[in-house]
Amino acid sequence: MSDFVIIGAGPAGISAANESARYGVKVTLIDENNLPGGQLFTQTHKFFGSREHRAGVRGFQIGYDLIEEINKLNVDVLLDTIVYGISADMEVKYVTEGSSAKSITAGNILISTGALEKPVVFKGWTKPGVMGAGAAQTMMNVHRVLPGRKVLMVGSGNVGLIVAYQLKQAGADVVGIIEAMPSIGGYKVHASKIRRIGIPILTSCTIKEAKGSPQVSSAVIVGVDKNLREISGTEDEIKCDLVCIAAGLKPFDELCWLLNLEFKYINELGGFVPVHNDDLETSMKNIYIAGDAAGVEEASTAMEEGRLVGVAVAQKLEYLSDRQAEKLKGKINDRLKYLRLGSFGKKRAEGKKKLTSISK
Amino acid sequence: MADKRTSIIVCRCEEITDEEVRKAVKEGATSVDAVKRVTRAGMGLCQSKICYLNIAKIIHEETGIPVSKLIPMKHRIPVRPVKIGDLDN
Repeated sequence: MSDFVIIGAGPAGISAANESARYGVKVTLIDENNLPGGQLFTQTHKFFGSREHRAGVRGFQIGYDLIEEINKLNVDVLLDTIVYGISADMEVKYVTEGSSAKSITAGNILISTGALEKPVVFKGWTKPGVMGAGAAQTMMNVHRVLPGRKVLMVGSGNVGLIVAYQLKQAGADVVGIIEAMPSIGGYKVHASKIRRIGIPILTSCTIKEAKGSPQVSSAVIVGVDKNLREISGTEDEIKCDLVCIAAGLKPFDELCWLLNLEFKYINELGGFVPVHNDDLETSMKNIYIAGDAAGVEEASTAMEEGRLVGVAVAQKLEYLSDRQAEKLKGKINDRLKYLRLGSFGKKRAEGKKKLTSISK
Repeated sequence: MADKRTSIIVCRCEEITDEEVRKAVKEGATSVDAVKRVTRAGMGLCQSKICYLNIAKIIHEETGIPVSKLIPMKHRIPVRPVKIGDLDN
């Protein structure tokens, strides 16, 4: 029996663990990797936002700081552990590498399982040498393996722009970034940086085929019209040994589907998202959701959402008075509001509003 | 476009092609679950984590049903690959 089982120790999960354990909640934190921190360890770039949000600090450093914090608290951390099911009576079923299946009954559960990369289907997309931009980032920044020497990036959202830049820093030749839409998807500040180091960004352009046997040796790109239809005669073949796909992320919510939670489709947040209230509790009592699993945003919002759930659970278990908890939640919500400003943040804020308003 | 894409694999685990999924949809499999039952798409190691969106897109193209109405296939325990021996306790 555990007061609070957290599935996924990325920025949201680890923040929820720290925040709730600080007030006395007995927490079990589960992750499939051999280190908590999730995608923070792939993020070698500096964060944006205010000082409270660790602006100017690199992602992996924030990861180390969160781990240092968790080591000081009374948190049971299960690593190399996959959760393969949750039953309706709150039994979390898991397997730790090298041992047989176990289960733990939880008073409260947080599902903070992050996001998955969306695939793009084209001729040759299953060849070795085609991979998600997130996968390439993990290979290079965590495992120190350069996944290719000559790279074509497909997609100009922030993931595509940042990973292209990091590939270049790691010594790869990035031949270009292509974007099917008529304008660049990510922040201008990232796009400008890319252009300054001489990487071309081609808009209204998509990938038609990855060629090579068995490994990718070139890619055929083609211009598209406003309706994303290919314009024949505009094909061009580009030599490359890695095609990176950065076509966006979707919430990774297999455990929520398993529990038959209520979902809503919200395009701005990556697709189907579990409906939740202001405390991030889902349509099933005592099951919480936070971070990208509760709608794709970014690491800073994920950490704040995790803290919010941590406070809500500590309040429910009476480690915090209602007055204390509401005060803490108010501060966190103010910071979340700040993170959801600007033209990009506003869209996500509207998406979140749609999600919480229907659950009341 | 659709005609050029026919032999492309959409479900990597079970090696199901665009053509096979389209045929199933035309014959009446107009949900992700129905496509799974007819073709095995989504029944492999990843349990449709990767191919779900590919299948939903094809159903949308063939029927006009919006992707926002096409929920993922039914999830069951174990949602992750687990060795049968590990479950024996």
